Amino acid sequence: MADNLKGLVKEPVFDNNPIILQVLGICSALAVTAKLETAVTMALAFTAVCSLSSFFISFLRNITPSNIRIIVQMTVIASLVVVADQVLRAYLYDIARQLSVFVGLIITNCIILGRAEAYAMKNPPIPSFFDALGNSLGYSFILVAVGVVRELFGSGSLMGVQILPLASEGGWYVGNGLLLLPPSAFFLIGFLIWGIRTWKPEQVEKPDYQIHQVHRTEVL
Amino acid sequence: MALNKDSRSYIFIMALVLCMACAVVVSGAAVSLRPLQEHNKLLDQRANVLAVVGLREPGMDVNAVFNDRIETLVIDLETGEEVQGVDPQNYDMFAAAKESGSNVALSGAEDIAGIGAIPKKAIVYLVRDDEGNVRNYVFPVAGYGLWSTMYAYVALEDDANTIAGVTFYDHAETPGLGGEVSNPEWQEQWVGKEVYNDEGEAAFRLTKGGVDPQREGSEHKVDALSGATLTSNGVSNLMKFWFSEMGYKPFIERNARG
Repeated sequence: MADNLKGLVKEPVFDNNPIILQVLGICSALAVTAKLETAVTMALAFTAVCSLSSFFISFLRNITPSNIRIIVQMTVIASLVVVADQVLRAYLYDIARQLSVFVGLIITNCIILGRAEAYAMKNPPIPSFFDALGNSLGYSFILVAVGVVRELFGSGSLMGVQILPLASEGGWYVGNGLLLLPPSAFFLIGFLIWGIRTWKPEQVEKPDYQIHQVHRTEVL
Repeated sequence: MALNKDSRSYIFIMALVLCMACAVVVSGAAVSLRPLQEHNKLLDQRANVLAVVGLREPGMDVNAVFNDRIETLVIDLETGEEVQGVDPQNYDMFAAAKESGSNVALSGAEDIAGIGAIPKKAIVYLVRDDEGNVRNYVFPVAGYGLWSTMYAYVALEDDANTIAGVTFYDHAETPGLGGEVSNPEWQEQWVGKEVYNDEGEAAFRLTKGGVDPQREGSEHKVDALSGATLTSNGVSNLMKFWFSEMGYKPFIERNARG
């Protein structure tokens, strides 16, 4: 059992990463990663919402009528998101302001609903919790990795602490403006996908079709 | 008795119970965290007042500096006189604008800022220099943009005409377009502009296509936000409104020009 749970948590981080392999949840990964601080906060909020929602949805799975199961799932997820948003506003006011709508938009993150539909509706609460936790960690890993690169090379700092002195403030480093804009996360995630698929070639998708080789013996 | 999970009555009851349970959780969180959130909001407002007059530094004790340097006045908007007997710490002028009795409803033609009603009593913050003379006036203003009411503080120099700084601290305009009202670099362009023209009318506005410093009237103009015409119009209108006879002009004429 314990090994099994460990596998549930570990597998989605590299082997079945929701962003890298399934390419889900890209929108928020672009929006909140310009600074490491917001990326970490978003990752924590997401992890809390995703794990708990899978737990509760799995808990309710046997009494949920299949007609309204998506509505039930959304209600549970939305409630948890509102709670997470309220907690952030109470304890991390400045960061909550920077994240603005993106905490609310966790509701629409396809990773959560994906885990709820694919796993939590069919498995008991404890494994569901760990499955969602693993997927959240996979998401968080990408968010933090992209956040580190974007903040370090975009504004020369990490968690707001200046590491590379900026030329505009008398240092030597000229910040890369592109990295501060959301599209740069596309490039970084693209490089990450490339890197991870080179390391683990089994993740490379098979071609959709193969061009049919025409042999001379075939009758055209 | 076996439950029929797909019967209509079961679905309704299940949905109802779930919604009730979720509603209790959500409202419980909202109510229990409210005091902390209000505290944060007040702290943020004070930090914004300090920021607009250039007193804000990272890591400082906002409350201590605010109480030390900022004097809060409650004024009667119509006459511009200071009102006694209202605790400025607990008076929220924009909340008062929503309550009948403490507000004045605006007619359509008057309401260029799109706020519906103004409070009878407003707040003005004063910053004094070491000799006790007024260095800056800070006026809270609000106006409707494209999606939302935008709230800002406008700081004027001791002549009550030259803008010392502006900060839009609360709005829900489109991020990247109208949302750029909270961009510090854009707000920087406001510094040194003048609100009133020689005739004493509120002439400040945003203008399209950049500001040519050679042209007449450029001292009242700031470059509008690209791709955000309605937000920019909202900003122009809120400045025009709040520095008119309906807004702070009586107070300004009484105190700074007298």
